[in-house]
Amino acid sequence: MTTLTEVSAPPPPSSPAGRVRRAETLLRARELGIGLAIVVVFALTTLKNHNFAERASLQQLLTGAALIALLAVGETLVIVTRNVDLSVGSVLGLSAYLVGDFFVSHPHAPVILGFALGILVGTFFGVVNGLITTVARVPSLVVTLAALYIIRGIDAVVVDGKQIDPTSIPSSFQAVGYRSVLGIPWLVIIVVAIVLVVGFAMRSFRSSRDLYAIGSNPEAAALAGVRTGRRVFAAFAISGALAGLGGALFLSEFATVNSTAGSGYELLVVAAVVVGGVAINGGSGTVLGAALGALLLNTISQALVASKVSSFWNQAIAGALLLGAIVFDRWLGKRVARLESTRGERHVL
Amino acid sequence: MTPEHREPARPLLVLDKATKSFGAVRALEDGSITLYPGEAHALVGENGAGKSTLVKILAGVHQPDSGILEIDGAPTTLLGPAASRAAGVSIIYQEPTLFPDLSVAENIFMGRQPLGGGRVIDRGQMRTDAQDVFTRLGVEVDPARPARGLSVADQQIVEIAKAISFNARVIVMDEPTAALTTVEVDRLFDVVRALRADGAAVLFISHRLEEVFAICQRVTIMRDGRFVSSAPIEDVTIDSIIYSMVGRDLDALFPKTVTAPGDVVLAVEGLTRRGVFDDVSFAVRKGEIVALAGLVGAGRSEVARAVFGIDRRDEGTVTVNGHVLRNGAPRDAMAAGLAFVPEDRRQQGLVMDLAIDHNVALASLGRLSRFGLIRRSRERDLATTWGTTLQLKFGRMKNTVSTLSGGNQQKVVLAKWLARRPSVLIIDEPTRGIDVGTKAEVHRLLDELVADGVAVLMISSELPEVLGMADRVLVVREGRLVAELSRAEADEASIMRAATGQTVGNAA
Repeated sequence: MTTLTEVSAPPPPSSPAGRVRRAETLLRARELGIGLAIVVVFALTTLKNHNFAERASLQQLLTGAALIALLAVGETLVIVTRNVDLSVGSVLGLSAYLVGDFFVSHPHAPVILGFALGILVGTFFGVVNGLITTVARVPSLVVTLAALYIIRGIDAVVVDGKQIDPTSIPSSFQAVGYRSVLGIPWLVIIVVAIVLVVGFAMRSFRSSRDLYAIGSNPEAAALAGVRTGRRVFAAFAISGALAGLGGALFLSEFATVNSTAGSGYELLVVAAVVVGGVAINGGSGTVLGAALGALLLNTISQALVASKVSSFWNQAIAGALLLGAIVFDRWLGKRVARLESTRGERHVL
Repeated sequence: MTPEHREPARPLLVLDKATKSFGAVRALEDGSITLYPGEAHALVGENGAGKSTLVKILAGVHQPDSGILEIDGAPTTLLGPAASRAAGVSIIYQEPTLFPDLSVAENIFMGRQPLGGGRVIDRGQMRTDAQDVFTRLGVEVDPARPARGLSVADQQIVEIAKAISFNARVIVMDEPTAALTTVEVDRLFDVVRALRADGAAVLFISHRLEEVFAICQRVTIMRDGRFVSSAPIEDVTIDSIIYSMVGRDLDALFPKTVTAPGDVVLAVEGLTRRGVFDDVSFAVRKGEIVALAGLVGAGRSEVARAVFGIDRRDEGTVTVNGHVLRNGAPRDAMAAGLAFVPEDRRQQGLVMDLAIDHNVALASLGRLSRFGLIRRSRERDLATTWGTTLQLKFGRMKNTVSTLSGGNQQKVVLAKWLARRPSVLIIDEPTRGIDVGTKAEVHRLLDELVADGVAVLMISSELPEVLGMADRVLVVREGRLVAELSRAEADEASIMRAATGQTVGNAA
């Protein structure tokens, strides 16, 4: 009674795990690849213009990338969940002005209060973004695009044509922007510390792994009992907090703020995140990669300046890089999929 | 094989006389099943017999309207997937949903990752735990690799590993072998044996009866939403199972007028889409209904899609009224007189948020427009004409089709295509999810079309429909045409035998 009537050709024996391993390493090496790109750009530019390797220039490379890298950390959290936060530039601008205004009226306030205020302002807007996205279920692209304009508008009203200038900012606060330890500016040390801490957290806590789960497969995440709304909300709050902190750091670096501070940063940040290997559809990518993406973009733009290439090329190259990164990701994704599907091919429909 | 079935005193799970209706459609009239620890239990029945509804009740997705569910002797209600899992029931679907970007180990332990000091995830431990589960199952999957790119078989293994890590004692596998190769099926069976040895109950749903005999100790048969019988595997034969699955009368639902077919209007020669179907040839004549029968997943819909040009064909030709169709060109197919009513009307047949009349006119816009502008009045006239012909029941033409019942939605799809006056109608699952009354109307309509000289290629998973409507039946199994049965030759047993690959006796 049990004639197995049909036996399809057996597939090749389970593939050597080695190939899969290699594909994986390739994926993991994304940070390495960006690091390498930074080194190559740096080396080539230095050959052409020896001043590029000088201390001041190096510091410029790092500080120039620091703010974008900081915002990219928060943005990574958001994009990993398949959302986006376009309000970070506006939040940074408003936060910078409010912190400056606070020091104008309280010239002797402790430095730490300035940072706390910045974080508070940013968190507020992050919470609002997060609430509208998760409770009202409005797509975050729309929510944060609206927030971008609304906050910029509030900024214009608050600033009212005025400007914060360096004389009204306590020098101890400004010192964070220019003083350095072992040649590394404080600003950079703070951002690197945040990248490392958040990077560790994103690998190591259940709550942060939930973010990846949500972005990778929302349906499966819900089935696995992940509290999706709560996690996405937290990602927006943290992104806002970091943008607020970015405002305070902006003030300490430049000591001068008008109503355009930080405008256009949001796109630089998204570009850095994507170049840094974070999938725009969520689910994968690291904070370190995003920060390195920011550094790469800044290195290229500085390299163009140092090589006396017209600054018009700057944006074109940033755009090409962005496109290149996404095309590379898709190509890699396809290759990995093909590599891995060669095991257990479907013979029977 | 020697079924070493022993019947322990207490069943793990009992579902008794569960019923479930969706609106007017009664999906389950008597869902009953009893699962003992350490057994693999087959649940078989035709498509639409109520197996899926029963599974969804066990999964906590549906709550039964009445009936009793007992787990470990205690009455239980499962108010959602989480409750079902907590009660020790895990469902392995044919196509599992994993996190493609995350590692296999993390897929298994998402939300429950083992923690080390400071609530930091202990990745080493997580990998070891995953490895332990795989070892228990006797399979090799690298816990560190990402889930993306895993074969369907491996994805199922990951789901089973997840179920075990939840200490599931009832594991439901819903057609797990449909997409697996022979080697993978063997490995799955080893896993099922390992699960049984651990004292779990496996509910195994499959159309492939030889698999049921290979792995199960007990079989429960369902038909038309009802429990038919349940017996130890040694007390049944393939023939007795098939008889229990299909044994019913053809009722008067099928008003079939037998007509003399005319010339060939659709000729398909050597149609091949690699990995999907192979060397399919057939012809449909004016004034006849040809049915493509076979199991779900056998490749019937795929053949139809390739004939119409939605999917490209790798080899072969399709000829309509002497005109050879271009490859992958539905427009060409339409111009030649082909119409295609797809299986999934909500996704593929209709624009759900568009008004009824717009939907009806969608395939005829060229004819309705002048200077590139659509004439609204002609659009409405067309919809009214066909709405009347098909006895469409609707509030207003302006309402979106999403407000209509399933049967009336199907009539809108039919109207859309019939408005083009096709010479060949391909119709995939003409009456799926439609109430009995409207079903009969659709059947009458098909009969009238054929009488008018239209050629119909019908795909149906409902055997009574195939037998009631078709002049000839082509049986597809695993991407190949395996039998052609005349109306006289075709009966439920002969079709099921061909579709499941049973060579017992002749197809007659």
